[in-house]
Amino acid sequence: MTRPLKHPPKKDPQKRTDSPTLPPYARSRRALGFTVAAAEGRFALQVCAECGHVSYPAREICPKCWSLELQWRDLADGGRLVSETTLRTSINTYFRERMPWRIGTVLLDAGPSVLAHIHGDVEELGRVKMVARTDKSGQGVLMALPAKETPNMADDRQLRALTCDPKYRRALVTDGRTELGQRMARALADAGATRIFVGIAEDWRPYEGSAALKAMPGVEIMPLDVTDTISVNELAAEIGDKADILVNTAEYVRPGSTMQRHGITLARDEMEVNYFGMMRLIQAFGPVMRARGADGDNSACAWVNLLSVYALSNWSVYGTTSASQAAAYSLAQCLRAEFAGSGVKVVNVLCGPLEESWRQPLPPPKVTPDRVAGAVVNALVEGIENVTLGLVAEDVVRRYREDPFVLERELAQINMGL
Amino acid sequence: MATRRAGYEGVVVAAPVSVPYERCSPEPAHWWLARTLSALGRRAGLAPTDIDGLCVSSFTLFPDTAAGLTQHFGINARWLDHIPTGGASGIIGLRRAARAVQSGDANAVACVAGDTNHVDSFRAMLTSFSRFSQDAAYPYGSGGPNGSFSLMTSHHMREYGTRREDFGKLCVAQRDNALKYPHALMKTKLTLEQYMNARRIADPIVLFDCVMPCAGGEGFLVLREEDARAQSLPYAHIRATIERHNAFADDVVQWRGGWAFDTDEFWAMSGITADGVDLLQTYDDYPVIAVMQMEDLGFVEKGGASAFIDANTFTHDGSFPHNTSGGQLSVGQAGAAGGYLGLVEAIRQLTGEAQKNAVHNARFAAVSGFGIINFDRGLCSAAAILEGNA
Repeated sequence: MTRPLKHPPKKDPQKRTDSPTLPPYARSRRALGFTVAAAEGRFALQVCAECGHVSYPAREICPKCWSLELQWRDLADGGRLVSETTLRTSINTYFRERMPWRIGTVLLDAGPSVLAHIHGDVEELGRVKMVARTDKSGQGVLMALPAKETPNMADDRQLRALTCDPKYRRALVTDGRTELGQRMARALADAGATRIFVGIAEDWRPYEGSAALKAMPGVEIMPLDVTDTISVNELAAEIGDKADILVNTAEYVRPGSTMQRHGITLARDEMEVNYFGMMRLIQAFGPVMRARGADGDNSACAWVNLLSVYALSNWSVYGTTSASQAAAYSLAQCLRAEFAGSGVKVVNVLCGPLEESWRQPLPPPKVTPDRVAGAVVNALVEGIENVTLGLVAEDVVRRYREDPFVLERELAQINMGL
Repeated sequence: MATRRAGYEGVVVAAPVSVPYERCSPEPAHWWLARTLSALGRRAGLAPTDIDGLCVSSFTLFPDTAAGLTQHFGINARWLDHIPTGGASGIIGLRRAARAVQSGDANAVACVAGDTNHVDSFRAMLTSFSRFSQDAAYPYGSGGPNGSFSLMTSHHMREYGTRREDFGKLCVAQRDNALKYPHALMKTKLTLEQYMNARRIADPIVLFDCVMPCAGGEGFLVLREEDARAQSLPYAHIRATIERHNAFADDVVQWRGGWAFDTDEFWAMSGITADGVDLLQTYDDYPVIAVMQMEDLGFVEKGGASAFIDANTFTHDGSFPHNTSGGQLSVGQAGAAGGYLGLVEAIRQLTGEAQKNAVHNARFAAVSGFGIINFDRGLCSAAAILEGNA
């Protein structure tokens, strides 16, 4: 049975912070298909389109029929542990620091047998449920969990190395003035975060929900205006080394395409928050987080970007906002590359239209702030990096995967109808 | 059914050479191969111009291959091979060279394997050994071969009742053999108690189940029998060989190797039975693999290994002489030369060149090889029966 995680001790400033080391990150190009699925929390392996044979490890050809049509498909996640070992030594620094380490061979219900990390609660030769996640190197790996939930399961240290569980961690929510920010704070508190720093610009200006926000356990209101470099830097100087999770809820959204606007004032405001705001946060908080990727049980672990799905392809009804979101998405990709090697995950949530005042005229389906908060916490608990949230976002992402250029044409056609 | 294969009449193997191993070496693989080739030439009384075939195995030869070595080593070759099958490379080199000589494509083939071992080169090799390992094995704890073999070992123990004591007995006997073989890196006696209480590496594998990576070289010569006679070179005959890759791909955990696929043909070709073998050289990077070879080659049935090990002694003077120079477990694993070690030792035994560890009146030797943990199992298997020319 997993021993429950203990509250991490207060940090001794005299002690050196461990440098992040990494599990092996090299993968073949083909294996990146597995990593992409794992980043979304999907357990997908290559399936032969002609004979149905499931291949593992990633191949260029079906070894049963020599078909070249191998497709990544989500598969049944059941399996059975058929052999296991506890490693007590490793040639890799990351694992060497974390010995002993349990691994084993799992015979998948889907067909092949695989090597996997084994959760401590899996019984010898027992049934398992496989999950695919990204590890500290950012690459996809398989882990076998007990087939049935066990107490304190998420606290297993091999599993926690794959997740960004808020339990006993400290989080920064960058804007608490909105319902989204407040729901986010609440969800993090419910997930066991010990301190939730909530950024509020100009706290003297009244806002809905402020009393409830301030009454939430663990919440500490912090002055933060993402459009103000000094404000961002000052907050980072104060709590930068305690931001284990950063959720950027700051958003500026206005309807309108380019020609519906006069001048660039609104567009500039959008960029100030959605793009430059994010950049200021990255410059202020990123370096410390990157250095704290292996800082014990409450290491820095996740940077969460809440993005519009129209970052992928412009929707001219919110045309300039989409453009700023595209810039933000591009910066999120840059951030992921910059965090590579640190063990800190970049979690990108691509949302459909949010249920809030600036999107009031849009028809349903829309995503409620509560749902976004729940999805973010779920991604953190599960260790998922890429989330597509809501029917609209799912639809856009599906079309984007099929053909981004067709999607561009489709989004333009929708506008003609409006 | 398989057609009857041609024998290896008229072609023999001679001039076994081992370059004394070193735990770590600053020299490149070329240095080790050069020493191996030089020793081989002197042993056989041959000049570079007498060799027209070269067969090379090495993991650390980059950026060179056997082709570049012809120039480096001054060989005007008309037959060339570079064999990447690790622990199976010795026998595979032997059988290919034998066919080349038998058919007249070459007169004399020098088969050499050698690798260096810089301080960090074993770790470097383990992080870039194969694409499947890179994608699907290293990320799981990077236990290297220790991890892969521990999974096979625990499976074998559970399914076939082999015990740690059985593996330990083989390791202890090999160490006893090694103490009589001057080039072995392990120089101190090993007891079963030490084995049982050894530091754990990857359960159930302990320290003494693991080979020590090192630098070294091994080689032998394949030539026509008449030429060996003319040179007054002691030699051995090749009575049977097999080679197999990626057999039993659907076994969930490796519990048998490719030998099991070919064992009937192997003994039929040899003209003898397992009972007729005087000494066995297995590829022993982990005792479970040595046991698997005993099973799959028919020395003992599956599930009978524990009783078989209990009933026999495995030193060079024992009831079942096994890995008579100490094997890789006690001599060291010099990269691809590990795939030659048993074969070279068998030739020494059959040509009367073994010293204090000689097997008395050895006539038939079985040699087996196993190589390339590409992902979760060894892909390459090979075996040979050699007969002395007594």
